[in-house]
Amino acid sequence: MRDSTLKKVWIYFLLTVTSFLVFFPVLYAFMISFMSGSEILQGRFFPEAFNFDNYAKVFDRLPLFKYLLNSFVVSLTVMVGQLAVCSLAAYAFVFIPFKGRDLVFFLFISTMMIPWEATMIPNFFTIQKLDWLNTYQGMSLPFFALAFGTFLLRQHFKTIPKELQEASQIAGLSRFAFFWKVILPVSKTSLVTLGAYGFLTTWNMYLWPLLITTNSSVRTVQIGLKQLQSQEISTDWGVVMAGVIVVIIPTLLLLFIGQKQLQKGLSQGALK
Amino acid sequence: MKKVELIDVSKSYDKQVDVISNIDVTIEPGEFFVLVGPSGCGKSTMLRMIAGLEEITGGIIEIGGKRANHLSPDKRDLSMVFQNYALYPHLTVQQNITFGLDVKKVKKAVQAERANEVAEMLGLTGYLKRKPRELSGGQRQRVALARAIVSEAPICLMDEPLSNLDAKLRAHMRMEIRRIQRKLGITMIYVTHDQVEAMTMGDRIMILHEGKIQQVGKPIDIYNYPANPFVATFIGSPPMNICPARAEPTKSGVFVEDTIHVPLNEEQLVASSARSLLAGIRPEHIKPLVSGTESGNRIQVVVTNVEILGNETVFSFQIGQREWMAKWSGQWDIAIGDHVPILLSSEYFCVFDEETGELIRKPEGLEHLSIAKEVIL
Amino acid sequence: MTTVRAPGVWKRSANLRIGFLYLLPSIILFAVFLFYPMIRTIYLSFFLTDQNGNAAVSVGFENYSYLLTSPAFLNSMKATGLFVLYTVPVGIILALFFALLANEKLKGIGFFRTMYSSTMGISVAASSVIWLFLFHPSVGVFNRILLVLDFPQIQWLLDPEWALVSIAISTIWMNTGFSFLILLGGLQNIDEHLYESSRIDGAGYFYRLRRITIPMLSPTLFFIITISLINAFQTFGQIDILTKGGPSQSTNLIVYSIYREAFINYQFGTASAQAVILFIIILVVTLLQFKLVERKVHYQ
Ligand SMILES: Nc1ncnc2c1ncn2[C@@H]1O[C@H](COP(=O)(O)OP(=O)(O)OP(=O)(O)O)[C@@H](O)[C@H]1O
Ligand SMILES: [Mg+2]
Repeated sequence: MRDSTLKKVWIYFLLTVTSFLVFFPVLYAFMISFMSGSEILQGRFFPEAFNFDNYAKVFDRLPLFKYLLNSFVVSLTVMVGQLAVCSLAAYAFVFIPFKGRDLVFFLFISTMMIPWEATMIPNFFTIQKLDWLNTYQGMSLPFFALAFGTFLLRQHFKTIPKELQEASQIAGLSRFAFFWKVILPVSKTSLVTLGAYGFLTTWNMYLWPLLITTNSSVRTVQIGLKQLQSQEISTDWGVVMAGVIVVIIPTLLLLFIGQKQLQKGLSQGALK
Repeated sequence: MKKVELIDVSKSYDKQVDVISNIDVTIEPGEFFVLVGPSGCGKSTMLRMIAGLEEITGGIIEIGGKRANHLSPDKRDLSMVFQNYALYPHLTVQQNITFGLDVKKVKKAVQAERANEVAEMLGLTGYLKRKPRELSGGQRQRVALARAIVSEAPICLMDEPLSNLDAKLRAHMRMEIRRIQRKLGITMIYVTHDQVEAMTMGDRIMILHEGKIQQVGKPIDIYNYPANPFVATFIGSPPMNICPARAEPTKSGVFVEDTIHVPLNEEQLVASSARSLLAGIRPEHIKPLVSGTESGNRIQVVVTNVEILGNETVFSFQIGQREWMAKWSGQWDIAIGDHVPILLSSEYFCVFDEETGELIRKPEGLEHLSIAKEVIL
Repeated sequence: MTTVRAPGVWKRSANLRIGFLYLLPSIILFAVFLFYPMIRTIYLSFFLTDQNGNAAVSVGFENYSYLLTSPAFLNSMKATGLFVLYTVPVGIILALFFALLANEKLKGIGFFRTMYSSTMGISVAASSVIWLFLFHPSVGVFNRILLVLDFPQIQWLLDPEWALVSIAISTIWMNTGFSFLILLGGLQNIDEHLYESSRIDGAGYFYRLRRITIPMLSPTLFFIITISLINAFQTFGQIDILTKGGPSQSTNLIVYSIYREAFINYQFGTASAQAVILFIIILVVTLLQFKLVERKVHYQ
């Protein structure tokens, strides 16, 4: 009995210390975002008062609202696009048997081996030729097709009994209606997982927006952060951290809400 | 109510080996037709071909007198109950029941009315708002049944609908399904691997083995006069005792295991001459030897195993190389190693041609009890 | 046998046509944004290009031979290799340690899980800015701690000796969240009964870890190792914000090098050759992983 209490105390101790260390940078950034320049120089951890001067300043210096909106639009577009494109493909891979299906699936899987960075030069020129620089479609369309997403949904679709399809066939449901009215609602959980994953990764995307945005019209918050950080010679850290906090709050919230779901869903997609 | 006719139907998945071959059968309107056979014999395949879920590779299927080979499942006017029920997990019981009606654009009010009616018939009224995962196995089974009934299709297909239920519930649902089928008068094609289900539910049953029809007929006829040794051992529990037999034209009969003599008539003698034969007798036709007067083959056997089941006693013993089983009604005080005198009346024996499986000699003198004769009114 | 009129080719190929219809969006997108540009990259790697990325002069393998003898590129490869070595093993071991801790069934464990996974919700850009501050020579936390402990100060991001290590530290932190989530998921998929039966046999914690947890977790581990390797080769954002490849090229990792070559120096030919090399490295890494997985990993 005493043995296990001791073990528990030990584990709680480790949990507390390590998770504090992991979260410390974020916490510290949060504190800094309320400090004035002199407070930062003093090297304190807690600010004297929680005033929002820095937050006001950061919205002054950057079109941060515009950037946030752009990030939302792009992330949501990619999310919806990925869900649509991947679920259609996964549906075909599970519920429509045709000759050569395995070959096509192999082709899909092989796309995972092509690093996106290896293709960015021609992609940049493609977008330029389409005159899609500084457009939402240029920001989002290249990311709609996703082998990982197709794979994840296929895993889930495969657990749906074939008899469900047969029962709907007898009831006279068309193929697309079966997809829309049965498969999608039944797979809500993995759709949520993929959706959260897509939103998160798009929100955090850095290199692509850096390449194809040349003005603030569709520029995202991530590029905003870079601007903020490099704008001034003697960086006003309080303002920069306020910007950081504003940028990470949406995704942190999403993560906190969906942590359990994401963990279950992603590890399912990771294994066969 | 519609007729279903299969004319020389066959099916292969790989274009080489037929998993179903040369099926010729007519299922009458309003009939309860049971398809039975061991696992992998092609029962589900056949049912799914009738449903239109599987392409037919040879032959013709007619439903209600119309050719249906390339008709899509929803045009065949039938309903189907699956072994795993195939309920839509995201819909409530009510929505599950009315799903097919909704697809066919039946008015909402009519849908609700019909759903309530069927729910009442199956005792589901209290569960209409629940999701399938909040139901017990038996309740799910009823929902699947309700879904089939509500469509009012004249033909209903069921693929082992009871195999996920416990024994007691299964017995209850057997009667329930039979009752509903009679009440609605639908044509039922019912797949099972359980011979008790087949015997108790079917108007007629069809026994399938390796994709071929073994026998079609009334349950009791199949039991009494099995068309071949496969049927003889598949139907009945414990199975019929089967062993090699040798024709002896000079003694006008056959010898079973060299000791038991079974007489044959002229015609049977001709059919059996120069063939290798099998003889069989049902365990309940092996009788205890109670007095010295009975005619037949009397032998002493040594008991090798006993099961006492309360109302009957099953024991096994060895004759020649083979283990035989006998079933006596009542509780018998028998122990392993006991010497038991038994009577093997030759009239009860079946004789089969070993190669063709053909039944050469039907058993005789089977008791048919009838109330009018046996009971004092 | 009764003959059945076979349905026409049109009807028989219905599934094929419908299947392709459903796959069409993916196929078009892959073709336009993945297969075509990959081929184009390979093509461009054999050319000198003009400002608009059009092939101008065919040079055969010269771009490659130039790269393989260029000290700058070799340095970039070396830095990339070192970076992978610094980040992947430590990152995974750390994440595994956190996942094992967070897999205990204790009160309030959900809170700790959220903390550990939090870095997944923080973008590379935001993380880099935070770490830029932490590494700051005068106001940064690290140097303040060194000062308190009376150690000499370190120029984290400005010292060629330290810059790559600093980037590695920040990258490990950024990636723990994702690795942790995947590993925790893997741990929770392990059948509880395995532990129960070993507990009945009286096995200790580390014995269970070695004989049950790690083998059962191996598919997940391999997955996360592959992903981490690929991610490490693709590192870009933290370089761009923290060091811009410096000081003296010590953090000029391959993707950053491609970016600079292409979009700053407009040398699309050599940039493409570098991209092809990156592609080959990742191809080899994933293929090796798959080979290993087939042989070693314990699937249920
Ligand atoms: N899609 C398929 N492709 C190839 N062969 C198949 C396919 N489906 C079934 N078979 C084969 O067809 C034969 C008959 O299968 P079927 O499912 O009809 O058996 P069953 O009588 O229903 O058996 P059970 O009682 O186990 O359900 C089996 O040998 C099976 O291996
Ligand atoms: Mg079956």
